Amino acid sequence: MAMPGMYVSPEQLMQDRADYARKGISRGRSLAAVEHQGGIALVAENASSTLRKVSEIYDRIAFGGVGRYNEFDQLRIAGVRYAELKGYQYSREDVDARSLANQYAQMLGQIFTHEMKPMEVEIVVAEIDSDGTPELYRIQYDGTVADEQHWCCIGGDSEAVLDRLSDGWSQELDRDAAVRLAVQALAGPDRSLSAEELEVAVLAAGNGRRCFRRLDDAETEGLLAV
Amino acid sequence: MPLYVPGEDPGTDFLNLLRQNGLDPFPTSLPGTIDAGHATTVLALRCAGGVVVAGDRRATAGHLISHRDMQKVFPADEHSAVAIAGAAGPAIQMVRVFQLQLEYYEKIEGKPLTLEGKANQLAEMLRGHLPQAMQGLAVVPIFAGFDQARETGRLFQFDVTGGRYEEQDYATSGSGSLHAGTVVKLGYRSDLSESEALSLAVKALWHAADEDSATGGPDPIRGIYPVLAVITNQGFRQLSDEQSGAVFADFREELAEG
Repeated sequence: MAMPGMYVSPEQLMQDRADYARKGISRGRSLAAVEHQGGIALVAENASSTLRKVSEIYDRIAFGGVGRYNEFDQLRIAGVRYAELKGYQYSREDVDARSLANQYAQMLGQIFTHEMKPMEVEIVVAEIDSDGTPELYRIQYDGTVADEQHWCCIGGDSEAVLDRLSDGWSQELDRDAAVRLAVQALAGPDRSLSAEELEVAVLAAGNGRRCFRRLDDAETEGLLAV
Repeated sequence: MPLYVPGEDPGTDFLNLLRQNGLDPFPTSLPGTIDAGHATTVLALRCAGGVVVAGDRRATAGHLISHRDMQKVFPADEHSAVAIAGAAGPAIQMVRVFQLQLEYYEKIEGKPLTLEGKANQLAEMLRGHLPQAMQGLAVVPIFAGFDQARETGRLFQFDVTGGRYEEQDYATSGSGSLHAGTVVKLGYRSDLSESEALSLAVKALWHAADEDSATGGPDPIRGIYPVLAVITNQGFRQLSDEQSGAVFADFREELAEG
């Protein structure tokens, strides 16, 4: 006996997948990246001190992910592998964020249209040039890639956070001020976030070959207290 | 940029990742032997607060000098170093892959290997290199570092088969190692300060260069001096040619005084 017809239009199919992914992402907490003089600060709301949302990919490149941990961590590892292989085959200077962001976009786009379920993640790829010029890319669950200016936010409450970032950002921000701005933007007017609830890292040209550095709770607490 | 299924995931092993991508850093051996450039005397000794690692700058091909300013002491990561003796090409490649492996592990796992783990990793690479060693391309490194868990400097000697031997006081490798080793042995005390250890390393390298044609001595005309490096809790630090030159100048005065 033939099955009753089960036609779903492509529009509906894509819509359902996008809704599914967005729902997963909106459950998680947000992450903000803010450019400052000579670097980029990456701040995430993260109660865990071992399961990271912000990580080092390569000498000048950092990664931030929100949503489902196992999925964005898989992407992080794939990124480290891509960067290390490229650096080994060519040179360390040939590894750049733009090409990595494109790889992520291809991968997420492929998974979004061809796999059973889309990845419930949103990621940011940050890079700092040797002269301190920053680059920020935001990549969504469906492979949409955006080249962001000065700041960006991924995760649940990103619209409101973006408004607060755009109000507070200026060209003169130093590292500590950028971290404070990111924390205030993530917290909003009605909450305050303590160092234990945050994961803070910076990508700074002045840190030597490996520009990525984490700030521990004591350091974060110190600069938030100002 | 692939995502791996669990059974095929290369994990934290960078060599495995390279091989899966058709990039074998240590290709399997071919018949015959090669006489390639060789690097010579390197040494490491423990001192208060860490270890001193040193190496001369000469590379030879047979009786000819092929390089006068070769680097044989490399930082492996922030708190450890490898000093190489043996066939220069394969040795430099081994150091490169070793450095990448340590950083790769640290990034994938989120924390660095222990010093012991790093030494074992290098031993594993040497074991894999044995076929080439049999063809005349032996690599015999020294691995030294500051063990942050034990808060002390540690050093390891290896053989071509991948044998790994931890040394308490000092280690030497290369064609001038016999002479360098004797000098260090006679001058060594367990309470050497950093600067005393540097002076002893300079003395040992000078005597090695004095006796062994494949070991280079200080070259004040070109301003090329043996490499001296210190690893402490603060990390790896290599002395500049001027600083190394100054240690050699002190040694010259000591020699002149008899």
